[in-house]
Amino acid sequence: MENTISEQPSEEHLQAETIPESFSEPISDTAFNKFFLEVASLTSFTWRFFKEVVKPPYEINELMKQSFLIGYKSLPLIGITGFIIGLVLTIQSRPTLAKFGAESWLPAMVAVSIIREIGPVITALIFAGKVGSGIGAELASMNVTEQIDAMQVSCTNPFKYLVVTRVLSATIMLPILIILSDAIGLLGSFVGVNLKGNVSSYLFFSQIFQSLSFGDLVPAFIKTIFFGFAIGLIGSYKGYNSYKGTEGVGKAANSAVVFASLMVFIIDMVAVQITSLFQN
Amino acid sequence: MRRMTINATSLKAEKEDTQNDHIVVRMEHLTKTFGDNHVLRDINLVMNKGENLVVLGKSGTGKSVLIKSIVGLVEIDEGNLFILGQNISQLNENELIEIRKKIGFLFQSAALYDSMTVRENLEFPLRRQVHKIAKEEMNSLVKEALLNVGLANTIDLWPSELSGGMRKRLGLARTLILKPEIILYDEPTTGLDPITSKEISHLILDVQKKYNTSSIIITHDIGCTKLIANRIIVLKDGICAAEGSYSDMENSSDKWIRSFFE
Ligand SMILES: Nc1ncnc2c1ncn2[C@@H]1O[C@H](COP(=O)(O)OP(=O)(O)OP(=O)(O)O)[C@@H](O)[C@H]1O
Ligand SMILES: [Mg+2]
Repeated sequence: MENTISEQPSEEHLQAETIPESFSEPISDTAFNKFFLEVASLTSFTWRFFKEVVKPPYEINELMKQSFLIGYKSLPLIGITGFIIGLVLTIQSRPTLAKFGAESWLPAMVAVSIIREIGPVITALIFAGKVGSGIGAELASMNVTEQIDAMQVSCTNPFKYLVVTRVLSATIMLPILIILSDAIGLLGSFVGVNLKGNVSSYLFFSQIFQSLSFGDLVPAFIKTIFFGFAIGLIGSYKGYNSYKGTEGVGKAANSAVVFASLMVFIIDMVAVQITSLFQN
Repeated sequence: MRRMTINATSLKAEKEDTQNDHIVVRMEHLTKTFGDNHVLRDINLVMNKGENLVVLGKSGTGKSVLIKSIVGLVEIDEGNLFILGQNISQLNENELIEIRKKIGFLFQSAALYDSMTVRENLEFPLRRQVHKIAKEEMNSLVKEALLNVGLANTIDLWPSELSGGMRKRLGLARTLILKPEIILYDEPTTGLDPITSKEISHLILDVQKKYNTSSIIITHDIGCTKLIANRIIVLKDGICAAEGSYSDMENSSDKWIRSFFE
């Protein structure tokens, strides 16, 4: 027996359609409001991260895997740039210092600039370009192809599995990468010093260690943790909340880099202010 | 005397149980709106245990939205949704997870994990949903699942190395590997050749017979519908426009409904 329930939508529904939707629409239009909506949604995303990160179960395997991938994949690029920065900075600074007869200060000066500022910021920017955009594109394409939905159906909390692990990995791996990059940068500087002149490695490094104080190392290290966190979080946020479409993937990757790089500079500026507050 | 009352109450409970036991999913006045797009207006449907329920309807009428609401991928606006006798809106997160473990979902797009091999794709639901599973058991389940869909020698490939039809079949294998009580198929045969398509239809039938699963199958494939449908529902303008068996629908007085079967 066929049971034709109804062939036309009922009158009630047709009426519902003609009623104006809500008053919220014109508000979301302006760029100004878009900005605040974005800030609000990023804030709630961050809040959700902190809620999920403490709640078991912990995705340890995925965290290890992501940390390995993130660290291992960025290592060559960060090593090479670190070396070049150390080398170039040394070569460039030598004539200026020589003018003042302060050439012997070269290792100390380069070391302080690399460890306090240039190493962390440049490495973080490269990391934002490589890892931040990678996370953004990966999560966005998973979103488009319904892989995130598929995880949810498999009783997996996709936020925990994908976002929490990536943000934590970035937070852990960037400081380590920056320490490596600093070390390689100093090596580059050593090569740079020895291009003209002959300085033993013992003299070079003992001079560096004498010039570096605890107050140089600790703030520089702490800010790298924030860099890593911001890059991981922004990449995940852009990817996880991307538009559902292939165009959304590119957009997510792109805005992840732009936004994360900007955040690196903002955090750096704040860090400098705070450090100088304590040092005076 | 006391014994009798106990017996009486338990009997009553049992009776209620058996009354509702054959209903696996029940939707009452379900609505879903995206912006001003009223996709589901007033859905009332019942899915019985062990039944293959086919949902037909034009593209964009909300068939996928309908089954996504069952697994919670789409949040419904109004109405009641009962799964296995429980009102979904009254369950906490853990209870929802327990219910969802019993539901398999085949995505229209297959939704394979790009960053995992074929084997890892199939292992994922096993690892996530079954606590403590032995390596050998997992291996044999994976091999069996691949064999069922004719993909036995793709086990170490990546999803990107598979053809569209193979991806679809792998998605099906991943859905079936846990032998869920309720299976929701979103266009299981779309994009497959007629022969494979028939094989998949038979697979769906086999699964139903073997494990007494209850399924909702969304399809545009009339051959598949004829083979597997116990009951058909036609979705139109956000409501269930018609319901009946294959022959009911084929001989419907409504020309529009008949046109699906031509
Ligand atoms: N997440 C979403 N956000 C906004 N609109 C959506 C969303 N998902 C679905 N829609 C809209 O709901 C409607 C129904 O979509 P749905 O995917 O259920 O169609 P369908 O019946 O499965 O069609 P097809 O046969 O082509 O798969 C479409 O108009 C679509 O635009
Ligand atoms: Mg669909």
